[in-house]
Amino acid sequence: MGAQLRLLRRRIKSVKSTAKITRAQELIASSRIVKAQQRMQAAVPYEREITNAVSAVLSNSTTVDHPLMAAKEQPASAGVLIVTSDRGFCGGFNANILREAEALKGHLTERGLTMKPFVAGRKGLTWHRFRGREMVGEWDGSSDNPAYSDAKEMADALIGSFTDDNGIDEIHIVYTEFVSMLTQRVVVKRILPLEVQEEAEEAAEGPVPYYEFEPDAGEVLDSLLPRYVESRIYNALLQSAASEHAARRRAMKSATDNANELIGVFTRQMNQARQAEITQEISEIVGGANALADAAAGKE
Amino acid sequence: MAKLHVGFVSPERELWSGEADMVIAKTVEGEIGILPNHAPVLGVLVEGGVLRVKRDGELDLVAAVHGGFISVANNEVAVLAEAAELGSEVDVEATKDALQRAQASIEAGQAGADARLEAKRAAARLRAAGEEV
Repeated sequence: MGAQLRLLRRRIKSVKSTAKITRAQELIASSRIVKAQQRMQAAVPYEREITNAVSAVLSNSTTVDHPLMAAKEQPASAGVLIVTSDRGFCGGFNANILREAEALKGHLTERGLTMKPFVAGRKGLTWHRFRGREMVGEWDGSSDNPAYSDAKEMADALIGSFTDDNGIDEIHIVYTEFVSMLTQRVVVKRILPLEVQEEAEEAAEGPVPYYEFEPDAGEVLDSLLPRYVESRIYNALLQSAASEHAARRRAMKSATDNANELIGVFTRQMNQARQAEITQEISEIVGGANALADAAAGKE
Repeated sequence: MAKLHVGFVSPERELWSGEADMVIAKTVEGEIGILPNHAPVLGVLVEGGVLRVKRDGELDLVAAVHGGFISVANNEVAVLAEAAELGSEVDVEATKDALQRAQASIEAGQAGADARLEAKRAAARLRAAGEEV
């Protein structure tokens, strides 16, 4: 067997096993997207209710003065929560996030703020460590299946630093929004100082009723606002998890497609090489037979 | 009579939603009972409280609620629990065990806030499951 033929067989074998792996990854990611979407759906009622509750408090008390809502006059630094994934094999997912985070850093620097990164996800952590960037907060291990306690931990760290006089003055979050199975978008949002997003439909329902508060508006707001921030972060983590799986599925699908195409090319090359070998053998045999026949004819 | 539309949610899922005649919850100010046509209220729930929803022709829905809010307006009741378990989902034996362990470490005098919280939560879970604590 020719050397080229053997080489091609080996290549095909290795590409085939790669294709099997990427195909399996693709199927795993597909099934996990569905789960991640269900978790996103499950979190919707809580988010809606807490948004309603916050806007109820805000519309009822005219003198809202809460540390989490006050914009500092001279902001000096901004904390940025960057939500990346723990594992690779998901195409440009992390690269897009980190690029957007860098762009945000540029904007903040223009405004005279220093950026303090809070990073979630192993890929983001290694990216920052490799560049020797200092991180204020680090979390990993839960990017593909975040629990509410993870969001709470992040929110506690961010709010703690925000309320500290020497801490950060603004909080931004960079994450990937899950628009659909095919579209995911990197979004940058400011979460503190707080701007409550009132949904358009609420305005249609008429004025918000006059609430009584237990114990009082200030204390309700005190415990309500951190929960609201937690729920925003939890939402971002869930969206990011679903997007990660979608990005991985797409990356793995194109990897499988490429591998299959490569197998096709190699198979054709291999057939060609085998055919050439056979042709050569035949012409050698025919040549040899002719030579023998000529020699026999020469003797007579 | 008018009915209450109740939504009982935790951050990770919606535990229950439907119509009810009365909702009883425990806020930091004390127990609050909500009947239809109640004035709008927004209250902070205590850690380790028990929520009771009285329904027509059905057994009461009882749940352990660990912190959160209750908001009432226009016969819509929203219970936002930071963490919650329905009484029917509680594993009584395991919870009793957890309660005993937490109490033991409190009595030993070395327990921090964690054990106290754990004991409170376990007690609420047991009460939600209909056990005497």
